[in-house]
Amino acid sequence: MALAPLVRLVACGSVDDGKSTLIGRLLAGTGSVPDDQLQMARTTRRSGSTVAPGEIDYSLLTDGLESEREQGITIDVAYRHMELPSHRRLIIADAPGHEQYTRNMAVAASTADVALLLVDAERGVRTQTLRHLTICSLMGVRHAVIAVNKLDALGFDETVFEGIADTLLPAAERLGIERVDVIPVSALEGDNVLERSGRTPWYDGPTLLEILDQSEAITNGEAGLRLPVQTIVRAPGFRGVAGTIATGTVRAGDRLEVAGRSLTATVAEIVRLNASPESAEAGEAVCLRLEPDVDITRGDVLTSVDDTCHPADRFSAELVWCGDEPLAHGRSYLLVCGPLTVPAVVTAVRHRLDVESGSLEAARLLALNDVGRVDIATDAPVPLDSYERSRHTGSFLLVDRVTGDTVAAGMVRFALRRAENITRQEYVVDRDARRRIKGHPAGVVWLTGLSGAGKSTIANEAEQRLHALGVHTYLLDGDNVRFGLNKDLGFTPEDRAENVRRVAEVARLMVDAGLVVLVALVSPFRGDREAARELFEDGEFIEVFVDTPLDVCAARDPKGLYARAAAGQLPNLTGVGQDYEPPTHAELVLSGTDSADASAAAIVAAVLAE
Amino acid sequence: MWALREAAAAFRRPVLLYSIGKDSGVLLHLARKAFYPGPIPFPVMHVDTTWKFRDMITFRDQMVSEYQLELIVATNEAAVAEGVTPFSHGSQEYTRLMKTVALREALDEYGFDAAIGGSRRDEERSRAKERIFSLRMPGHRWEPRRQRPELWRSVNSELVEGQTMRVFPLSNWTELDVWRYIRREGLPVVPLYFAAERPVVVRQGQLIVVDDERMQFEPGETSQQRLVRFRSLGCYPLSAAVASSADTLDDVIAEMESSNESERAGRLIDGEGSASMESKKVEGYF
Repeated sequence: MALAPLVRLVACGSVDDGKSTLIGRLLAGTGSVPDDQLQMARTTRRSGSTVAPGEIDYSLLTDGLESEREQGITIDVAYRHMELPSHRRLIIADAPGHEQYTRNMAVAASTADVALLLVDAERGVRTQTLRHLTICSLMGVRHAVIAVNKLDALGFDETVFEGIADTLLPAAERLGIERVDVIPVSALEGDNVLERSGRTPWYDGPTLLEILDQSEAITNGEAGLRLPVQTIVRAPGFRGVAGTIATGTVRAGDRLEVAGRSLTATVAEIVRLNASPESAEAGEAVCLRLEPDVDITRGDVLTSVDDTCHPADRFSAELVWCGDEPLAHGRSYLLVCGPLTVPAVVTAVRHRLDVESGSLEAARLLALNDVGRVDIATDAPVPLDSYERSRHTGSFLLVDRVTGDTVAAGMVRFALRRAENITRQEYVVDRDARRRIKGHPAGVVWLTGLSGAGKSTIANEAEQRLHALGVHTYLLDGDNVRFGLNKDLGFTPEDRAENVRRVAEVARLMVDAGLVVLVALVSPFRGDREAARELFEDGEFIEVFVDTPLDVCAARDPKGLYARAAAGQLPNLTGVGQDYEPPTHAELVLSGTDSADASAAAIVAAVLAE
Repeated sequence: MWALREAAAAFRRPVLLYSIGKDSGVLLHLARKAFYPGPIPFPVMHVDTTWKFRDMITFRDQMVSEYQLELIVATNEAAVAEGVTPFSHGSQEYTRLMKTVALREALDEYGFDAAIGGSRRDEERSRAKERIFSLRMPGHRWEPRRQRPELWRSVNSELVEGQTMRVFPLSNWTELDVWRYIRREGLPVVPLYFAAERPVVVRQGQLIVVDDERMQFEPGETSQQRLVRFRSLGCYPLSAAVASSADTLDDVIAEMESSNESERAGRLIDGEGSASMESKKVEGYF
């Protein structure tokens, strides 16, 4: 029902970075602050303020709550409006920077299209900035604007700016943030905020306002139609289903499916006061009259027939823990996804994400402001998508059933399907028993990287070293498995997923048998590798990213694949015809240009440390 | 519409707070849309301080009959009987008794667990942090630190003993949005929003319109005819008018587009201490 198109921005950084001042300046500069509030910012001063008398203290324009103003920090998410020169509306979710507020950052980022991150040039890149980037990436933000502030205090030194950009750009890329703009600004003096500064002649990019003006609202996912049903509208002789479209488009005449209920119906009419539109899109609130009038209730999800959502009752999900009390294993929470509410239990904590380093740590529980991967089981099958495919039907809240507090925000990574007609046989000799006679732990070392990155060479070298130490090993090499087990598979994304799945299952059997398994497989897709990881216990899966630049791999070209791709004979070669998705949280990152000896030594050390 | 449907579907007994102003008018229209062709599935409640402009009451009754609303009028009768007026008790105490207390008592009396209001985040700085679904503790207290995180379109509607919810579907609207929506949908509004010659007393630089014979003049004050209109409507002795000649919707919007004064600057109750709105909210003011 918005009257102007919206762009949503999450602003990250702490008061010390000059965030309030920067936002205040943007608001004031676009005429978004009433005169009486500007006057107040001219005459009021907080203690310790260095703003000259009679000037506007822009930071005062954005601080809301009394208690916060006294502390001089922002402790919650505040929302402000600004009209962009393109007449679109920008909603700024102002999130606090202090590290205990991961939760608030997640809230602010959950609906954001763009993230604005402030970096204090005097202090350089701090872990806080990496934390903000990690959380934004986790919440699905794909465009980041990095404002390098306080350059005025350093005489607008270009090398400082370049140093910060060189540190942050690779980090953002690794996190899957698709577009990153870096701008030198002075929030206090206004350089490059609204107008180009004469003091940064070495910077020829756009101003902050120009970038925001050109930023685009992201889609909420690529899934087909998802319409979570909020309520049933009844009138004499009329029954309609009402809700807000999460993804996709609905048209009069479309055939729709009720997810997981084997019911289909046709859209007879999109009903609206004084109108009867032909179609409606994601974000619009609609009421549909269906033919036939199938029995639908609140919480059902209407989907397109050719891209429906299959309900499941076990999911792998990322949680941002918001509760004061830590996560309790086995406790039943309420899972809320839009109009759907179902009891749910967290069955396993897989790991905790160190939001500063991006590494994964073994964890048994999650506490306030922790982010971690869990397995979750619902009391009944529910139609949840992956967060990547649909932001609104791939996310949920967990609610404490006693206090009513929201204790976690969750993002579904994938459904864990359970074979329903097979019961597992229990073995008497189990993996622990085998481990005891082997005298060393078992696990899998999963090497991923481009073709020609050096995976097989490194894996071979590492296996020799482990073998010499008396460790029982096995090497599963991507090419070799395709001669037998996987000879029916090609190189499409689907076949690659199956290739990874089979190799992971074989590795699991071998780990169960007590071996240290080395896997050397391109395995280009993050989701496939994550699914492989889920088969193993904490600490058993060591993901090793063999990071070799594409041009180096192509120059090596040990199998002649790059030459063939260049000749148009290999359409699916990773890095050429298909994307490679680098790991975001690998246990080990090896530079493929280092010697195989050094790399193998690093792997051996990692295995022995487990 | 999403928030209105959620309020109607997820709570046991919701109510829409109808203040007769422009925001309420938009809210009411959105509620009609959200449940069309069905009726609005909850009653509307007006907290009547007995000091509203007469035009407002006339307008309210027109809307009720036109849209066949189930109207509840809530008044703090005890305070009226005690003779509480904006003149006798000071604006703060008067507002507490006639608005905050009246609202709290009515919500309790009818057992409403969700109250839908037309507040917007752009109205006042402390409202910038308000949730769309804002939790109230027993006694209707607003505790900033107990507010629930709002992500995506998932609302935690669980209420434990004594808790209630306030719902603000217009949170992300601006004053200009409201007027543009009124123009686009051709919604009626109280005539006081348009400029007309009205009897005015100038008090501490503010223009107070004399709406009936209960107005108490201070020594030396007289009323004079001035061309004025209102940006925000409340109780007549406490809502200041602005000098304006905008007497049509287009003129009002044009004036708004060029004006740069905050809307509630004319509300006398907000001026008492820069954080006064926050203090009122903690007590349960809307």
